[in-house]
Amino acid sequence: MSTAETRARRSPESVAASESAEPAQTVETTETAGTAKTEMAAGAGEITGPERRSSAEPAPGPLTRSPMAFWRLLGSELGLTFRRPRNQVMLAVVASVPIVVGVALRIVAGDGDGVGGFIGAVAGNSLMLTFASFSFLVVLLLPIAVSVVAGDSIAGEAGTGTLRYLLAAPAGRTRLLAVKYLNAVVFSFAVTAVVALSGLITGLVLFPAGPVALLSGGTISMGEGLLRILIAAGYVGAGMAALAAIGLALSTLTEVSIGAIAATMVLVIVAQVLRAIPELDGLAPYLLPTWFTRFDAVLRSPISFADLGQGLLVFGAYIGLFCSIAWARFSGKDITS
Amino acid sequence: MTVVTHEAGAPFRAAPPSADPANGSAIVTCGLTKRFRGGQVAVDALDLAVPRGSVFGFLGPNGSGKTTTIRMLLGLAAPTAGEHSLLGLPLMDALPRVGALVEGPAFYPYLSGEANLLRMDAADPTARGGTARKRAGEALERVGLAAAAGKRFRNYSLGMRQRLAIAAALLGPRELLILDEPTNGLDPQGTREVRALVKEIAAGGTTVFVSSHLLAEVEQMCTHAAIMRTGKLVAQGTIASLNGGKATRIRIETPDVAAAARVLTALGLADVQGGVQGGVQGGVQGGVQGRAEVTAELGGHAPERVNAALVEEGVAVRGLAVVRPSLEDVFVGLTGEGFDVDG
Repeated sequence: MSTAETRARRSPESVAASESAEPAQTVETTETAGTAKTEMAAGAGEITGPERRSSAEPAPGPLTRSPMAFWRLLGSELGLTFRRPRNQVMLAVVASVPIVVGVALRIVAGDGDGVGGFIGAVAGNSLMLTFASFSFLVVLLLPIAVSVVAGDSIAGEAGTGTLRYLLAAPAGRTRLLAVKYLNAVVFSFAVTAVVALSGLITGLVLFPAGPVALLSGGTISMGEGLLRILIAAGYVGAGMAALAAIGLALSTLTEVSIGAIAATMVLVIVAQVLRAIPELDGLAPYLLPTWFTRFDAVLRSPISFADLGQGLLVFGAYIGLFCSIAWARFSGKDITS
Repeated sequence: MTVVTHEAGAPFRAAPPSADPANGSAIVTCGLTKRFRGGQVAVDALDLAVPRGSVFGFLGPNGSGKTTTIRMLLGLAAPTAGEHSLLGLPLMDALPRVGALVEGPAFYPYLSGEANLLRMDAADPTARGGTARKRAGEALERVGLAAAAGKRFRNYSLGMRQRLAIAAALLGPRELLILDEPTNGLDPQGTREVRALVKEIAAGGTTVFVSSHLLAEVEQMCTHAAIMRTGKLVAQGTIASLNGGKATRIRIETPDVAAAARVLTALGLADVQGGVQGGVQGGVQGGVQGRAEVTAELGGHAPERVNAALVEEGVAVRGLAVVRPSLEDVFVGLTGEGFDVDG
């Protein structure tokens, strides 16, 4: 009888509340046995009925997390990054460097016969321009491009005030940070890929194709050369992703994106200066930029995977450390912008 | 009178947020306190209870802690002490049901209005991407920005920016809107539009929590209000209770006090004062040079009808005024200070 009544009272909007109220009531009924049951049948109808209805008023509808929510936010983030004119200009500038270098080398190599060394190596094979471009660009230009995107990630949102709206949406702090970092990682690999593609195409247009002569002597086939470009690009991309972690951490410290961007660049430049001082050799292995240039391990025969592996470990350590700093800072921060 | 004076330690005490998850409150705070690093207390032991379905005015001069409170409610800032809950739910479950406008609009200047809304929608984990464009379009339509949907935010006027922020707050079905100074920077026309929009949203059953430093605005829009002063809650309750239960009165200036009182009584107006005959209480409020007035609670009567009735009965009406009790009187009464609009 009482069960039937309960069921009858359970109008659709009161389901949420009665479900939470139900277990407690059942326990009470079984504990106090028969006497309580008759009391309930008599009194509960009037008392719990209206009470339940009023407490069920909010009736929270089913709001479920979309399974694609994370990827949708990441997609939105990537769209912002790659459609933003500033970032497109950076990609274009980075892409133009291999072209400029290639054209310049072509002119130099065309002037005098038998140019040797570096110029000769690049002018002698279409794939070498890509490696040469990497060695120019990892020093400063690629780190700058990555610093801009990573340093802007949180600080830029704070600066425009959109951060408070994203978090109130609610994006979730950890989720937003993860999306921001993944976005910077994608940009790191994208900017590296742009260098590789630009270098490759320019090289194929300007210089002769054929087997590639390696730094350590010996030659490899063109197919093998392309594979090694892929490995080098992956390694450089990972290095840039490590730098992006530093940029992200700095980005959580300020509401001025240019501050975080400049700070990241300054760290890169300071590290390059320290590397240039012979007395500080002992410091070099701890500096991130030291490891950027180690992609040249792919130009040895056979590939020095030990060098690459060590570099990747360093990148991993930097990523772990600075993502932790970013998370520790961002997850508990008061958003005052 | 149900005005809650926090400082006087009135019996009202908001239930702890965890105690009753399905109570009738859209917002509950309990001892909510924010102390900044410098030691300055921005919000001091705030006990707020915003009933569901109300249009709740959160009133206080600039710098009285309103925005800091809203930031804590939305999880943007951590309270130093105390608890709070929205819709009786854990914060991350509640926020998708809450639309918010905090400290003015903030969008990506290089994106269009529509693209900005889609971006904000993407941040809500419960929103479906498939319906985003449709919902953004509806929200833009609702605030009258449909024509400017494709325009870059950079080129929006101040009023358009404010409206876009309100559109962002209306992207999904909301149970609660938190609007921080929604009419800031708007011209009188824009202000009227926002007020109409708030009324329309509230009519749909959504609780609206609106902060303002404008007393008149809160009086016009809200059913309930709370008054803040230097981080402390001074009073909260329905507008009527805050007004001290004072009803809107009509005041008639006339030499025929007795006749006027009779007409008003006949019309059914309550608490007629100023008459001398017929057992009506109160004395003639005689002014200089034979001026006298009769006052009564206006209730639901239209003042022009009252006037017509008086004239029809041959009462000489020399002046007629509708006297509304104002929150400003309440504020001054509670704090002993004027309400500094410019903060």
